Amino acid sequence: MMISQLFVLSQRGDNIVFRDYRAEVPKGSTETFFRKVKFWKEDGNAEAPPIFNVDGVNYFHVKVVGLYFVATTRVNVSPSLVLELLQRIARVIKDYLGVLNEDSFRKNFLLVYELLDEVIDFGYVQTTSTEVLKSYVFNEPILIAPARLQPIDPAAIFTQGAKRMPGTAVTKSVLANDPGGRRREEIFVDIIEKISVTFSSNGYILTSEIDGTIQMKSYLSGNPEIRLALNEDLNIGRGGGGVSVYDYRSSSGSGVILDDCNFHESVRLDSFDSDRTLSLVPPDGEFPVMNYRMTQEFRPPFHVNTLIEEAGRLKAEVIIKIRAEFPSDIIANTIAVQMPLPNYTCRASFELEHDAVGQKTDFKESSKMLEWSLKKIVGGAEHTLRAKLTFSQEFHGNITKEAGPVSMTFTIPMYNVSKLQVKYLQIAKKSSSYNPYRWVRYVTQANSYVARI
Amino acid sequence: MAPPAASQRYPSPSQPSGKSEVTDLKSQLRQLAGSRAPGVDDSKRDLFKKVISYMTIGIDVSSVFGEMVMCSATSDIVLKKMCYLYVGNYAKGNPDLSLLTINFLQRDCKDQDPMIRGLALRSLCSLRVPNLVEYLVGPLGSGLKDNNSYVRTIAVTGVLKLYHISASTCIDADFPATLKSLMLHDSDAQVVANCLSALQEIWSLEASHSEEACREKESLLSKPVIYYFLNRIKEFNEWAQCLILELAVKYVPSDSNDIFDIMNLLEDRLQHANGAVVLATVKVFLQLTLSMTDVHQQVYERIKSPLLTLVSSGSPEQSYAILSHLHLLVVRAPFIFASDYKHFYCQYNEPSYVKKLKLEMLTAIANESNTYEIVTELCEYAANVDIAIARESIRAVGKIALQQYDVNAIVDRLLQFLAMEKDYVTAETLVLVKDLLRKYPQWSHDCISVVGGISSKNIQEPKAKSALIWMLGEYAQDMSDAPYVLENLIENWEEEHSAEVRLHLLTAAMKCFFKRPPETQRALGIALAAGMADFHQDVHDRALFYYRVLQYDVHVAERVVSPPKQAVSVFADTQSSEIKDRIFDEFNSLSVIYQKPSYMFTDKEHRGPFEFSDEIGNIPITPEASSDIVPQQFEANDKDLLLSTDEKDDNRGLSTTGSAYTAPSYDNSNISSQMQELAISGPATPATTQQSSFDFDDIFGLGLSTAPAPALTPSPPLLKLNPRAALDPGAFQQKWRQLPISLTQDCSVNPQGIAALTVPQSLIKHMQSHSIHCIASGGQSPNFKFFFFAQKESEPSSNYLTECVINSSSAKAQIKVKADEQSTSQAFATVFETALSEFGMP
Repeated sequence: MMISQLFVLSQRGDNIVFRDYRAEVPKGSTETFFRKVKFWKEDGNAEAPPIFNVDGVNYFHVKVVGLYFVATTRVNVSPSLVLELLQRIARVIKDYLGVLNEDSFRKNFLLVYELLDEVIDFGYVQTTSTEVLKSYVFNEPILIAPARLQPIDPAAIFTQGAKRMPGTAVTKSVLANDPGGRRREEIFVDIIEKISVTFSSNGYILTSEIDGTIQMKSYLSGNPEIRLALNEDLNIGRGGGGVSVYDYRSSSGSGVILDDCNFHESVRLDSFDSDRTLSLVPPDGEFPVMNYRMTQEFRPPFHVNTLIEEAGRLKAEVIIKIRAEFPSDIIANTIAVQMPLPNYTCRASFELEHDAVGQKTDFKESSKMLEWSLKKIVGGAEHTLRAKLTFSQEFHGNITKEAGPVSMTFTIPMYNVSKLQVKYLQIAKKSSSYNPYRWVRYVTQANSYVARI
Repeated sequence: MAPPAASQRYPSPSQPSGKSEVTDLKSQLRQLAGSRAPGVDDSKRDLFKKVISYMTIGIDVSSVFGEMVMCSATSDIVLKKMCYLYVGNYAKGNPDLSLLTINFLQRDCKDQDPMIRGLALRSLCSLRVPNLVEYLVGPLGSGLKDNNSYVRTIAVTGVLKLYHISASTCIDADFPATLKSLMLHDSDAQVVANCLSALQEIWSLEASHSEEACREKESLLSKPVIYYFLNRIKEFNEWAQCLILELAVKYVPSDSNDIFDIMNLLEDRLQHANGAVVLATVKVFLQLTLSMTDVHQQVYERIKSPLLTLVSSGSPEQSYAILSHLHLLVVRAPFIFASDYKHFYCQYNEPSYVKKLKLEMLTAIANESNTYEIVTELCEYAANVDIAIARESIRAVGKIALQQYDVNAIVDRLLQFLAMEKDYVTAETLVLVKDLLRKYPQWSHDCISVVGGISSKNIQEPKAKSALIWMLGEYAQDMSDAPYVLENLIENWEEEHSAEVRLHLLTAAMKCFFKRPPETQRALGIALAAGMADFHQDVHDRALFYYRVLQYDVHVAERVVSPPKQAVSVFADTQSSEIKDRIFDEFNSLSVIYQKPSYMFTDKEHRGPFEFSDEIGNIPITPEASSDIVPQQFEANDKDLLLSTDEKDDNRGLSTTGSAYTAPSYDNSNISSQMQELAISGPATPATTQQSSFDFDDIFGLGLSTAPAPALTPSPPLLKLNPRAALDPGAFQQKWRQLPISLTQDCSVNPQGIAALTVPQSLIKHMQSHSIHCIASGGQSPNFKFFFFAQKESEPSSNYLTECVINSSSAKAQIKVKADEQSTSQAFATVFETALSEFGMP
């Protein structure tokens, strides 16, 4: 597991930090890397894969907030290890800077160097624990005021398809104190679920999956032990695996059945089998307590109905209807609907409902993409979009084969489809006056939400 | 640290060129150097920060080295750290100035604060200046004994750094022995982990010239050491756990209890959230159970779920790494994953490198029970916005069609693709239909009716065009307008840029001519004329060859160019199972990502922890005269095969007879059909062209004079072999693994030879008399396998390795030749074949 170099490049290819641990890779590796990624052409892939080899040097990279975190080595190492490490380094840096973006990175590059020096020595990983690293960091973070951030939280960009999400808008450095020099005692627990659903053209669910994470970020002093209690009717193992067998009650739909899950190394499972309780001493910084995967049937939060019909020789009409299938006290936000239109579409005119608020439509000519965005949707509501298309040439054959599928992205705070719950969060600290803030938040996001037409 | 040189960057207005700024910095630093004024540390910090930031973006600031060192006398730790960073970066280029730093670094190594001791020691060892090593030994020695664990972890890695600067200094100071004792007794897990990585590296490098290091390296794999680590694996952080798991992979368990003990110890590692820990554990499980078929299969079942969870819980990059490993497992044991096919459906927002892997996996696991669903899903992707993925999807459908028995429905879908009238869809589909017809000629009727409707004008891609032309030639009798379509294409010969297409046009015109002579005569004439005038060598040669064959005898020409074909049963696999096994052995490494064994992309010293010791790996070889040690090895190999990729091959190959080894099996039908298609056929060489060609030229209206007789092919120079060649079995194995097969050839063995083969030794003796030496042999009637080697007499470094499989019931032999000097392998094969043909002759 020897890493030769580690560097972070901006979107334009500038070095932000650069550390060479073993002096085995020739100079110019940052340029080589950047050129290769920028102009990737091999085997018809539009995007460079995270790992490639140029002249005997292996380049690994992950993209986080538009920055490239890159490691190089000549050794035949474990690819997972390096990619996992790069992702972890990004997270540790975020823990220290509070906010991770190019600006904060440039302002704090010395602190980042301090971290990189301790994380890796001579190519071998030493530690990635935010807590352990604290004693080696002497630079004070130069913080960026969260007010300057855009409304769409950077944390969302940070995660890029991973499961962390806007709810984790905790932009406080692990080193920072609140005004007045006091640390606020608080702990955040987020249950984040990314859902993937594919609907067939006649509205049936073809595949569905929930990828969930229980994420924790603790600002508690004195490292108290924490107990998290989950649903008692939680079952793990489905369709083989044989860890725990089917419970007959669950087939009636009452239980939560996870296909599989894994845990952070700090988690102890001593009483998990008997009462579904996780105990841990949370380390500093943000980390996933538990990741889980579920294919048990659930009610998809949105129902999508799409119709495309010919309307004359060079015209067609598209009707998209979405219905929110969750309770009316829940509100989904930042909803975006996309649909590729036939290649020969040259114009699209839209018609929204007459009382539509906070809705926008667009036709992206270059990619032939219909886009419909909604600020929010209240549970139970239904919205419709009509679009009239004009074609530049006559179509032949089946128009439904030329368009679609419809895909959706959304965020639904305080709602989770799996019904997995944190029943209680207990902090073991013997003091009656000690009552830290506990935030338990749920959120559901679309990962791949697709309706075929 | 060595940032890219400034010269390699483009000058940009936003980036200072550096010169004047650096001079500025220099004088400012100088002013501060002696100052003890209050607040001086803050000013220093600002200046240091500037220096480091220039260094990062690639400006050479080595000229302020002296000033930096002068300013380093400070108790401010932030300043110290910046200074260390700077010094570490430039010391190598400034060995003389580096001497200046030794003083303050050595002093810091004795500081009261363990943090400073550690940092100073790390910097001291990172100077990489060979003539300063004498200053390292003392501080390292005390660092290893420091009562603070942070200092000890740094000292341990420092020993490794010293080894790389001066191996002899490190060994002479007896540091490896100290590390070994620390590894087994230190209370701090990270100290122990660093000892392990340092010792692995040092002993691996020393092992090549020191027997003692070899023994020490082996001792890391002894049972007590392995259990010492495994029993306390949870005390280590996740990265060190990976290190330990990698060590455990190489451990050879004593019995099945041992195996189960280890698996029970590691079972909960499969629930770890870190994919690297899980994959390392998976590798241990897979390797341990290789010889236990049932358990091995259970392992597959057990690891499936955790791996799938990791795929969906990480970033796309992490998913990709895990998915590549799942891909390997799926291809090895498709039936285990057959019911999980939905997990490999593509999600619309995935990067294309993930989608591509998933498509390959779907292709691999398609079987009778899930084909319908998988193909339906793939057909959805064929209309995908991402054209590259759409193409891959169509190819995947085609591959599934080629591996299934019931292709009925799939053919229908492929034909529907053609109806979509998208250029790239049509192009991909045509190529597939062609392959499908080669395997299932019975479908020609349905396909041809649809293909016939496609206008050749709409097809631009050479591969697709070639496919269409091939079908026109092959099924000329079923496609009424075939001659005219071909004629049209031939008339546009000049505009056809692809030589591949022109080659196909020639062949198709020939085939069409044999079936429908009057209609094609004109077109063929034009094609041959254009072909012989073609600037492309292959096109020219083929045209000339056709021309001469036709001249010689039209019937012979037909037999050569358009013989009745046998359906292709299996298309040649691009990767041999030997290579696939190699990649499997290198699980949890880049080999899996690149789908290549490490020797193909890494130089030897960098193969890292996966380097093979020279134990017998995949090639089953019975060393001569000690055939009794074999069974164990082969048993493992046989069982392994239960999960190996090419199950189909098992039934067909030579390995089903229950003989001790598993010979890789071959399928020649594909090659031979291609040979036929290319019409390169020995006996038809037109040696005597003239007499039978009556007024042949007139038929085609070619006013050509008879072409000059082909020059005789120069006979290969005679190959002289060294009668006393020597090669030890280890070297043979290594070469066998590394060299590509340069030649595969079938030959027959005469009946006397078969009779003599009842004593396999006789063949070995016989070949030896031809200077071809046997290194290993095995098998029993009717299948025998021999490994031979020979050396060129003039150059002992030029070896020929041969695997010879003889089936005594069919009196056939197949030889595979690997050669250092590939250009001469044909000559060697000739020598070999001649020698073999004389076997049994009096």
